[in-house]
Amino acid sequence: MSNQVGNYSLYIALLVSILLIFKSYKFKSNSSKNLDSKIFSLLSIQSLMILISFASLIYAFIISDFSNETVYNNSHTAKPLFYKISGTWGNHEGSLILWLLVLSIFLFIFFIKSNNQSNNYRVLTVLFQEIIIFGFLLFILFTSNPFKNLFPIPIEGTGLNPILQDPALAIHPPVLYLGYVGTSIIFSSSLAAIVCGIVNNNWAKHIKKWIIISWIFLTIGILLGSVWAYYELGWGGFWFWDPVENVSLMPWFCLTALLHTIIVLEKRNLFQSWTVILCITTFALSMSGTFLVRSGILNSVHTFANDPSRGIFILCFLFFLIFLSIIIFFIYQKNISKNLNKSFLISKETAILINNWFMMFFLSVVLIGTVYPIFLEVINGLKISIGPPFYQKLIVPFLIPFFLFMALAPKLKWIRDNVYRINIQQFIQLIISIIISYFLIIKFGISYVFAIPLFGLGFFLFFLTIKDFFSKDSSLSQKLSHFGFSLFIISILLNGVLAKEYSSNMKVGDEREYMNKTIKFENIKVVQESNYKSIVGEFKILDDRSNLSMKPEIRIYDQPRTLTSEADIISTIYSDNFLVFNILKDDGYYNVRYQHKPLMIWIWLSVILISFGGILSYFKRND
Amino acid sequence: MYGKKVKLRALFILSIFLSLVLISFLIFKSLEENVIYFKSPTEIKNLSELESKKIRVGGMVKKNSIKTNDLEINFIITDFKNELIVSFKGSVPNLFEEGKGVVAEGFLEDRNYLKAIKILAKHDENYMPPEVKDALKGNN
Repeated sequence: MSNQVGNYSLYIALLVSILLIFKSYKFKSNSSKNLDSKIFSLLSIQSLMILISFASLIYAFIISDFSNETVYNNSHTAKPLFYKISGTWGNHEGSLILWLLVLSIFLFIFFIKSNNQSNNYRVLTVLFQEIIIFGFLLFILFTSNPFKNLFPIPIEGTGLNPILQDPALAIHPPVLYLGYVGTSIIFSSSLAAIVCGIVNNNWAKHIKKWIIISWIFLTIGILLGSVWAYYELGWGGFWFWDPVENVSLMPWFCLTALLHTIIVLEKRNLFQSWTVILCITTFALSMSGTFLVRSGILNSVHTFANDPSRGIFILCFLFFLIFLSIIIFFIYQKNISKNLNKSFLISKETAILINNWFMMFFLSVVLIGTVYPIFLEVINGLKISIGPPFYQKLIVPFLIPFFLFMALAPKLKWIRDNVYRINIQQFIQLIISIIISYFLIIKFGISYVFAIPLFGLGFFLFFLTIKDFFSKDSSLSQKLSHFGFSLFIISILLNGVLAKEYSSNMKVGDEREYMNKTIKFENIKVVQESNYKSIVGEFKILDDRSNLSMKPEIRIYDQPRTLTSEADIISTIYSDNFLVFNILKDDGYYNVRYQHKPLMIWIWLSVILISFGGILSYFKRND
Repeated sequence: MYGKKVKLRALFILSIFLSLVLISFLIFKSLEENVIYFKSPTEIKNLSELESKKIRVGGMVKKNSIKTNDLEINFIITDFKNELIVSFKGSVPNLFEEGKGVVAEGFLEDRNYLKAIKILAKHDENYMPPEVKDALKGNN
């Protein structure tokens, strides 16, 4: 029953989409206000229909309706209710419905919120957004319909991959999607703006909110995924340069660049074309993120077994959208008003351009590292992967000038400034930071070539962003985000060089010595939970100062039969103690990994601070 | 003489061009150094010469092949045509199991023996490396 409801409402949404594309294409700016309410009602019908179909899918998951193929493949009656619901978007089909839902609801909100803009521009945005919605509806209905009937109806489902049964991962996809899909509004509205010739400071002020909101969601979405990988996958780190992680980072770089550029457009009416290009690129990257993850062509440890025909569809659709936007960009580019504002070499404008340069550089490194293996495989069948050293080698040295610019540039004034404002005080701070980093490096015996300038400038940035809180130069949101970023940098640098790891195969009762710590494997207990069996290991980590008892778990799920390890993590503000163990086979040996991760909690907190800066800026009144 | 504006613009374009060239040079140079080739046991058997570079080997963990001692885990990767012995010190992921797909990263000692420094397994319990899938199809 819910299958039919879901399916038909998707078809109605498709019809509405066609109608809307037609109507908005035919729209003339002299038309009456009547059309406004027509489009409004059509949009609300569409959002409602997609909402109904999403709700009916959730319903099918809750009541475990196994006549639905998606439910059968991804759920099980013994699963807790929370994971039944989150299972709705934990699979390919359901996650696409969520994409679609966010697409249409965002458009609806955009339409209501933009009533102070010109009708022409609003309707054109609707047109471009509806093209995207139409494409996704076709994609869902014909390649990955979540409402396929199964007959005869199976009695029991096959279950959800247990590593996905986790609170962080239950909310990670929706949050990330809000970020991804937010960029679609930016894309549509930038195309509409360029057609109407209104790429100016008014438009910037209006679209800035959408940029901020997508950026916040994208940042938090990436954070959630990263936290999940840290404790659930037992990798014990926060970033692995895995292709699937990289595809979420690429739109983030682009969006961060856009977030800075849009301020220049808003305040100074500069960089119009560049802003539009960034808008288009950000969305293209978000779409390709979905494409790469969903097509299964990425050679990643995250890859889920998948159907390649879906990938082809998204790829064609992506090319169509990029092609369309390039054509529109070149035809209407002359609409962009020539700008007579002067600016000088040393000014905030240039500083933001430099920020963009860095973002684009980081983006291209990650892009090439992610895409190059795919191309190579297509061209000559060689299978390769690109490891973390590639990214570290290319990104880390460039962080040194990046920190320097980031420390000094936010203080620059618009239009024209003077280098001599960099005063003796800042110079002294720089010297102090370098000295601190020198002693740190000696003390911990770090051998990395660039360590001294890297740490030195990292600290410099950190001190300056703290000092900024006492100045009145810039907004609180910016101070907070930049401070968060510098905290992030300090934490990952120290974490990176001071982290320790030890792994061994142990039997119950074994003891291992490692770096003046003793790891004792005291006992194991077996506990039966509702949908899994849990093997709890009892460990002691002893050193001369502390005595930690840690209890990592191995969970054995039945549906589907899978093992997962639950790491035990003891977090303090100084460091994390991370212990995970794993069963190999029934010979009494367990594979044990102990990690000591300094400042781990600050990595997460700093990212929260960064996004909190965004939230502040969103709620700040326009001045 | 050209105006100051034209000169400035030319300088700007030139600097963009130069930095692009520099970036592509840097990226492709470090690509060359950091690429890890992915091979199946059969491909390793057929290697004309042994590489000293780090490689990845993908296949299935052979049934009853995992042997553990205090220090090491030893197992055999198979693509059902050829086999490769792997020894590994370190920690393994959850889905590392006999009869499941695995990717081992490390250095080849000879054509039958890999000293692994990292073991990767896929998230999806049904996942199989594509070349293993092909090999299995060939057998049936």
